[in-house]
Amino acid sequence: MSKPREIRLSTTPTPEALADLRLGDVVYLDGLMYTAREGVYMRALEDKANIPMELPRDSAANFHCSPAARINPDGSFEMGAVTATASFRFEKWLPEWMDKSGAKLIVGKGGMNSKTYKEHFVPRGAIYLSTVGYGTGALLGRGVENVEAVHWNEELGIAQAMWVLRCNKMGPFIVASDNQGNCLFERENEKIAANLAKAYEGTKPAVLKRYGETDDRSDEVIG
Amino acid sequence: MIPIDLIQSTAETLMDKAAIEIPQDYLDGLKAAAKVEDGDLSSFVLQAMLENYKAAKEDRRAMCGDTGTPRWYVKMGNETQIEGGPIALETALRRATANATNGVPLRPNRVHPLWRTDHDNNVGIGAPEIEYGYEPGGEWIDLITVHKGGLFGTDYRMLFPSDGIQGIKRFYLDSLVAFGKRGLACQPAIIGIGLGGCKDTCMVLGKRAACLRTVGSKNSDPRIAELEDEFKELGNSIGMGAMGFVGKSMVVDCNIEVGYCHTGGMQMSVHAFCLSSRRAVARVFPDGRVEHRTDPDWFTDYQRRETVDWPPMAEAAE
Repeated sequence: MSKPREIRLSTTPTPEALADLRLGDVVYLDGLMYTAREGVYMRALEDKANIPMELPRDSAANFHCSPAARINPDGSFEMGAVTATASFRFEKWLPEWMDKSGAKLIVGKGGMNSKTYKEHFVPRGAIYLSTVGYGTGALLGRGVENVEAVHWNEELGIAQAMWVLRCNKMGPFIVASDNQGNCLFERENEKIAANLAKAYEGTKPAVLKRYGETDDRSDEVIG
Repeated sequence: MIPIDLIQSTAETLMDKAAIEIPQDYLDGLKAAAKVEDGDLSSFVLQAMLENYKAAKEDRRAMCGDTGTPRWYVKMGNETQIEGGPIALETALRRATANATNGVPLRPNRVHPLWRTDHDNNVGIGAPEIEYGYEPGGEWIDLITVHKGGLFGTDYRMLFPSDGIQGIKRFYLDSLVAFGKRGLACQPAIIGIGLGGCKDTCMVLGKRAACLRTVGSKNSDPRIAELEDEFKELGNSIGMGAMGFVGKSMVVDCNIEVGYCHTGGMQMSVHAFCLSSRRAVARVFPDGRVEHRTDPDWFTDYQRRETVDWPPMAEAAE
C-alpha cells in the first residue's frame, strides 16, 4: 500500500502550483477561503448583489460548505466542525461564478464529472478538491485559525451565509480533478465497475419495473 | 414522577454527546474495517476518520460539519409519569434541540421545504421528530437522540413475494452501488434494511434498523440474523470502499428489521447511517438518577411481539 503524496497549497495558488497537482494527492490549505453554495450563488449571480469581498485577490478558494457555527450576541463567532456539502447541485452556477470570482480551487464533496471539468474548469485553470471521509469535520475545524467575517447572514441564515475562514494547514483534501480535466471518482468507478458483475451474480431484476430504470451499473446518480 | 427540568438538561447533554462522541460499537467496527482495507485511497480515508473522531473528543467539537437532522426516540415504561405530561416532554425536547444547536454548536440544518425559512436552531414544523415506544413495567424514560446525516443512501421499493431473496439482494446492491459512488452515502456505514410493513412503516423499520441497533447486534430471528451476516459480506464484496474509492469496506454492519405486510407484497427499504453514526441514550429515573449509554436497545422482544397478547410471564421476567 502506498501513501498518497502530501502538499501544502495557498488559497491564492500560482498556475504552476495548480499544474503540479495530481489526482489523489492530499492537500492542506493556507490562506483565506470563503464558503459559497446555492444561497450565495443566487444572491450574487441572479439578484446581482455586490460580492462583499475582493475576489480573487483575497481568496481564490470557494468551499461548498455550511459550518456548524454560532454567531455570538457580541458579534464574535464560534466555529466547531466544518465539512463540505455535495457539489454537483451547484454546477449550473459555477461557470459564471468562476468568471466573476476568479476562483481557482473549488472545494466540496463528491466532485463533478469530467465533462464539466473539461468544459469549465480546464479553460479557467481551476481544480476541484474533495474533502475526506465524509467528513473530517473536527480536523478541518482545527485548520480554521480564525473566522474573519460572515457576510449575508441576515439575508441567507447561518447555513447559507458566506463565511470567510483563515486556514492554517487546513485539511486533508484530495485532488479530484487535474489540469487535463480528468476525474478521480470516474477513474475509481471504472475500476470498480469491472468487478460488479461478480457481486450481482445470481440476483435478479425486480418483477415490477420503474420508469427510467437502468441496469447499466456504470451510470452515476449525479448528472 | 420524573422532573421536567432533568429531562431537558439530560436531553441537552445527549445532543452534545451524539454530535461529538463516536459510539464505541461503531468505532470498533470501523477499526476492524480499517485493518483489512487495502485500497490506498480508502485506507487513507479511514485513517483520517479515526483521527477525526479523536480530534472531535479532544476539542469537544462536532465530528462532522453536517450535524444531520436531530430527532428523538422516546421510550417509557408502563408506569412512567412525567412532570407536566407529554406536552411538557415535547416542549423540553424542542427546547433542548434549539439550545444545543446554539451551544455545541451544531449546524442549523432545518429549513422550511418551500420558503427555506431557517430559525437557526433545528426546530420547526415537524422538527425535531419525536417518536415513542413503550415497555411493560418500569417507571423510567429512555431519551434517545439520533442525528442522522446524509441526503443520500436511502431508497424504497415495492417488491413482491416472487422477487424472493435474489430480488432483495439486487435492490440492496443497487442502493449501495448507486449511492456509494463518490461516497455520497458517507460509507462505510451501518446499513439498515426494512422489510414488510406498509410503505411508511417499512421506511421506519429500515431507518430504525440503521440508527437504533448497534454494530454486532443480531435480529432475534436466527434466519434473519444469518441474512444480516450474508448481506454484510455481500456489501463488502462489491469492491468499493470509503468515498467510492476502490476498496472492501462498505458496510460496517447490516441490520434487518421486519414487519407483517400485505400478503401480495414485500416492501423493502435501505438506509445508510453515516460515518459519524450519531446516537446517544440516557435512562432517567423518577429518583433523579441518569444512566448514559450508546445502545438504544430499542428492538426488545416486546417491540417485535408477534401476536395478540403479551404474555404476563415475560413481564415478570424483566
